[in-house]
Amino acid sequence: MFQFLIKRAIQAFVVMFIISIFCFLVQDSLGDPTRELAAMSMSDAEREDLKESLGLNDPLLVQYGRFAGRALQGDLGNSYFFKEPALTVIMKKLPATLELAFAASFLIITISIPLGVFTAIRPRHWFSRFTMAASVIGISIPVFLTALGLIFIFSVTLGWMPSFGRGEVVHIWGYWSSNFFSWDGFVHIIMPAIALSSIMLPLFIRLVRAEMLEVLSSEYVKFARAKGLGPGPVYLKHALKNTMLPVITVGGVQIGIMVAYTILTESVFQWPGMGFMFLEAVNRSDIPLITAYIMFVGFVFVVVNTLVDMLYGMINPMVDLVGKG
Amino acid sequence: MKNRLLITASLLCASLLAFTGANAKTLRLAYDADPVTLDIHEQLSGGTLQLSHMSFDPLIRWTQGLAFENRLATSYERLNDTTVRFNLRKGVKFHSGNEMTAADFKWTFDRLKVSPDFKGIFTNFSALNVIDDYTIDLVTTGPYPLVLHTATYIFPLDSKFYTGTDANGNDKGEIVKNGASFASTNLSGTGPYVVTSREQGVKIVFDRFKDYWDIDSKGNVDQIIFTPIKDEQTRVAALLSGDVDFIAPVSPNDFGQIKRSSKADLVTMPGTRIITFQLNQERRPEFQNVLVRQAIVNAVNNEAIVKKIMKGFGTTAAQMSPEGYLGYNPKLTPRFDLQEAKNLMKEAGYEDGFSVTMMAPNNRYVNDDKIAQAVAAMLSKINIKVDLQTMPKAQYWPLFDERAADIMMIGWHSDTEDSANFYEFLAMTPNSDTGMGAYNSGNYSSEFVDETTMMANMETDPDTRASMLQAVEERIYQEAGFIPLHWQNLAWAARKGVEIEWVVNAFNFPYLGDLVIKD
Repeated sequence: MFQFLIKRAIQAFVVMFIISIFCFLVQDSLGDPTRELAAMSMSDAEREDLKESLGLNDPLLVQYGRFAGRALQGDLGNSYFFKEPALTVIMKKLPATLELAFAASFLIITISIPLGVFTAIRPRHWFSRFTMAASVIGISIPVFLTALGLIFIFSVTLGWMPSFGRGEVVHIWGYWSSNFFSWDGFVHIIMPAIALSSIMLPLFIRLVRAEMLEVLSSEYVKFARAKGLGPGPVYLKHALKNTMLPVITVGGVQIGIMVAYTILTESVFQWPGMGFMFLEAVNRSDIPLITAYIMFVGFVFVVVNTLVDMLYGMINPMVDLVGKG
Repeated sequence: MKNRLLITASLLCASLLAFTGANAKTLRLAYDADPVTLDIHEQLSGGTLQLSHMSFDPLIRWTQGLAFENRLATSYERLNDTTVRFNLRKGVKFHSGNEMTAADFKWTFDRLKVSPDFKGIFTNFSALNVIDDYTIDLVTTGPYPLVLHTATYIFPLDSKFYTGTDANGNDKGEIVKNGASFASTNLSGTGPYVVTSREQGVKIVFDRFKDYWDIDSKGNVDQIIFTPIKDEQTRVAALLSGDVDFIAPVSPNDFGQIKRSSKADLVTMPGTRIITFQLNQERRPEFQNVLVRQAIVNAVNNEAIVKKIMKGFGTTAAQMSPEGYLGYNPKLTPRFDLQEAKNLMKEAGYEDGFSVTMMAPNNRYVNDDKIAQAVAAMLSKINIKVDLQTMPKAQYWPLFDERAADIMMIGWHSDTEDSANFYEFLAMTPNSDTGMGAYNSGNYSSEFVDETTMMANMETDPDTRASMLQAVEERIYQEAGFIPLHWQNLAWAARKGVEIEWVVNAFNFPYLGDLVIKD
């Protein structure tokens, strides 16, 4: 186990190193940050001074050396827009995104498993047919369209739901303010969570169903039925447990993809999280923040994959972590 | 015991009543972005000016009808060619409680003169002299016609509040563009609203300043909750669902939805930002031929662009100065005429046309990429084949600086609300020493335009000056120095009962201190 973690740590380091180099190579095409920091009418001389003070006139290698030196000490530079260390900005925005991802995951898990199991067991039931048809539609509607549709129906037309933002959040600890401990906050997270889960939910229903169907036709399930076990224990104890293995693997990968979808969801709902922050950073050519975000996301991917592998090991003891890592 | 309880209970009730106050009015405001900083001298931008008018007051300000209105000045008079004297309002307090005097103006002026963004506006000013506590003289280096225009940019800062060093030992008055400073996170002005809390990018709360000097103002908003909403559709949805009271900007695509709604009102106004294309004469010898330039202007149906693409959300332009500016020349009218364009191309010897490159941003101006596509299609009718590239503004500006295409889009708003500013940046011969023509990517050059604009900047008689500026406008028109498209309109929307139509203006800094909410 220890060996496995060490391996992963080295991998994480390499991944972040490559990402940082990549970020520096594309820096020039991220735009000129002085355009966002200064007026159109500012003179060229003043603009040059500003670039100089930002260190943008140095050769790329010098800039990278400076960046890498600081990065090793945990300093990824200051955001031009927020005027704070980029990592601090990300940490402040992280809770909002994590809560949104958590709420969406919760919806996905609690809805996809029962529906997936049901559609596998009763494939010809009208509800199964309806679910499968709806999931095809769900998977093909872009997230932002779902989000705007929700806003239009439930906020503008019916007036039941708030249309944007996090509402009244309850401060928990440090930078963490939560949506889950006040009614207003809870109401605000519902539509963004539904929108974010809308892409993944149909996928998971289909995945659970497919895996379940496969397991149901396997010998041991037939044997269990034959020896007289009731449908409940067979489906839920034997079949479902084995269905979950691939679902967890795919789920781990999908969490990463969910980070990408938070960018869309957050910008439609003006959700003050990391995804929206990143989009704005790109618009404003806030290079330090863009770099820090991409490195941070790379780090999250490595961590999530590590966790998934460990979870996999727990569910299926046959998996050799060290050999895999 | 019982009595005591009763008294406590009634006291509680009374304080609760006082707190919620039957008349307390809150405005929930949503713009597309919140101010980047609380230091109003750090960045010259629309957001900064909006904040300036909420938490500070200028010497004088523009009215909706483009006239001047006294604010912290009670009167002013021109003493001689280079000096204008302002008498200041007495008894004005800053948010910190300090009394405003002429010394604060002097301090503010000196700070503006070193602000990288604002010093350009004050180039022609040599000094602000304190005569006594409530009298100041603004002195210019030569005769300068735009003293009053510039005075709208002088919002006194609380010099005592910004003097000294902060917890980190830095000067509190320092202007820092690439990092945090005392002034970027703390504010003390004379304006109607005090910043009470701020989470950048998420929310700012403003409370009405209790000691605000302007007690004649009918404004009755006690609190403003400002949340930026970036997505234009979400912004409109937030208004229509009642989550916010006032939004800006509003995209022309959403006008119908707001007009149909019984809950909200739309206010639009002609704006002063001109949208143009420039023809690069250095890259393309064809564009040095005035006939070709005229042909192109004739080929572009900018009226159709305003009607179809902008859905009427713009005013078709034939010149740079919008109506109301001194340089606006009523003789100059849009000249779409495809046959004439074809004739001119023939006359110039380019009947068979040529190929050019064109670039435009896709998220800077309203419908910028669609406008570029339309213009490219219109030019194909006179056999000019356009290779168009559109891109986000972050990528566009570096390319604009490089003059990377033969035809480039640029929009311009005059910081001084005066015609000469357009010519200085867009039409005068580019000159890196004087800084003129900084955004003239076409390299259009006319001695007459250069000289007359400079002369107009020293002419203090408005009538003479107007005729000079109008002559410049006419010359650029005749020589087809650029392709004029339109002036972008402005739009705001508010829930019914929020009477924004009286406080918005063509400069897009609503005077929220005077906003009245009924109901």
